[in-house]
Amino acid sequence: MHFINRETIQKQTKKRMAVNHLLKTLFFAATMFSLLVLAVLFYRIFTQGFEHLSFDFLTNFASRKPEEAGIKAALYGTIWLMAITGPISIVLGIGSAIYLEMYAKQSRFTRFIQTNISNLAGVPSIVFGLLGLTVFVRMLEMGRSVLAGGLTMSLLILPIIVVAAQEAIRAVPQELQEASYGMGATKWQTIWRVVLPAALPGMMTGSILALSRAVGETAPLIVIGALSYVAFVPDSIWSGFTVMPIQIYNWTGRPQEAFHDIAAAGIIVLLALLILMNSIAVFIRNKFSKRH
Amino acid sequence: MNTLMKSKPLNQNPIQPKQEHKKTVIEVNRLNLWYGEDQALKDIHMNIPENKATAIIGPSGCGKSTFIKTLNRMVELIPTVKITGNIFYREKNILDPKYRVEELRTRVGMVFQKPNPFPKSIYENVAYGPKIHGIKKKKILDEIVEKSLRDAAIWNEVKDRLHENAYGLSGGQQQRLCIARCLAIEPDVILMDEPTSALDPISTLKVEELVKKLKENYSIIIVTHNMQQAARISDQTAFFLNGELVEMDHTSKVFSNPRDKRTEDYITGRFG
Repeated sequence: MHFINRETIQKQTKKRMAVNHLLKTLFFAATMFSLLVLAVLFYRIFTQGFEHLSFDFLTNFASRKPEEAGIKAALYGTIWLMAITGPISIVLGIGSAIYLEMYAKQSRFTRFIQTNISNLAGVPSIVFGLLGLTVFVRMLEMGRSVLAGGLTMSLLILPIIVVAAQEAIRAVPQELQEASYGMGATKWQTIWRVVLPAALPGMMTGSILALSRAVGETAPLIVIGALSYVAFVPDSIWSGFTVMPIQIYNWTGRPQEAFHDIAAAGIIVLLALLILMNSIAVFIRNKFSKRH
Repeated sequence: MNTLMKSKPLNQNPIQPKQEHKKTVIEVNRLNLWYGEDQALKDIHMNIPENKATAIIGPSGCGKSTFIKTLNRMVELIPTVKITGNIFYREKNILDPKYRVEELRTRVGMVFQKPNPFPKSIYENVAYGPKIHGIKKKKILDEIVEKSLRDAAIWNEVKDRLHENAYGLSGGQQQRLCIARCLAIEPDVILMDEPTSALDPISTLKVEELVKKLKENYSIIIVTHNMQQAARISDQTAFFLNGELVEMDHTSKVFSNPRDKRTEDYITGRFG
């Protein structure tokens, strides 16, 4: 007795293949849709902003006259902000990840910390802005400085870096660590010589992606009081500052049409910076992952 | 545990073979081990002789891997482990919390089941141990690397590619590299946890030859699933079952005339 009837199967096969084909088309369309939207966006921004893009645009300060307006203050502000946020968040983030993954004993306390870190990664950025305003600007009396902005941004991306670094550490094969301990290495020697070299690409990729998120953030900086009209480059960590997204937002809010085109030029610069940072992340990942 | 430490090592163990003036390198005494609530080792007594190969056989889950990992305290990497009893290595109790594991593991080296070279060059793999113990001079490191690779019978295969990544070696070569890496810290005892279970027959044969040669200078304890392997390379064999040491004797005796019915059943293939 056969349970499988060849004839019915033959009939059914046609139908099943049709469904298969239909779904494939559907999923392809979904992918194409988002690509198309992206392409339209790029096209609009480039046609609008390209003619304003020049070397002067990068070296001029903001101005009331559209033809003289430039992004220098915002570009330098963003670079200053990164120079503060980067080292602080990466050192604290990787340090916490090493502690949590390599040293901390499993306990209710470490589980509590772990849950909180994951939750913090999902907290809206404006909340971090309020925290920065209360703690850095007011309590620690840093004022509306680039230092206060950088510290606020560090807090914002810290949980992302911690989680990325933890995942990178967890991906290091346990057998390699055992080999190291088995020869009498201490925990730190094992971390330094085995865990970190293997986890570093993942850590760097995560950190750069987190930093590029910080480059695009506006809300927390508006809350702590980054300036919107700036005609100077920060000269110390106590300087006032602006960053590119704020400058772009400011330009799009102007009534004159010409400023909208300048905003588009600013977006091109911001996108170029983000693409550059993401490419570095991809490069690091590809270069080091080949070793394994 | 402290009172146990002070007591003299016990030698009157009924299942131990007579040690004909052979020196004991490791003496295990009333060893019990739990993973959380599960007892994995039950009241183990064992004397491991110097410069011999001791094979540990038994079915999966009988505690033989746990036992060997207790001898260099690698088992402590599992957080829920609880150990009672004494293990004397050259008359010192290694389970004493004051005994530093880092020192212990330079005397009692280990080779693992799966070849686990570091993703570094062949040279750096072998130099790893000496380096972490503070040897920096390149000349000395060079000498250690060559000697270790020669002793592990892999020098001729790798001498022209010392600075290439170890991942380019075959599985069998990787395992012999791991043995060389272990020899580089000049251990006294070498623990081997099923070192050939991931290897093909020819590579297995090479590792077995190596073990036979190494036991002239080192005390070797080898866990194996393969009873023929135990018979081929070991001087003594211990049979574990359900966390207990059922029988330990000269290998020829265990395989030809076992004392315990359970040992006989196992080696004749009636279970396990």
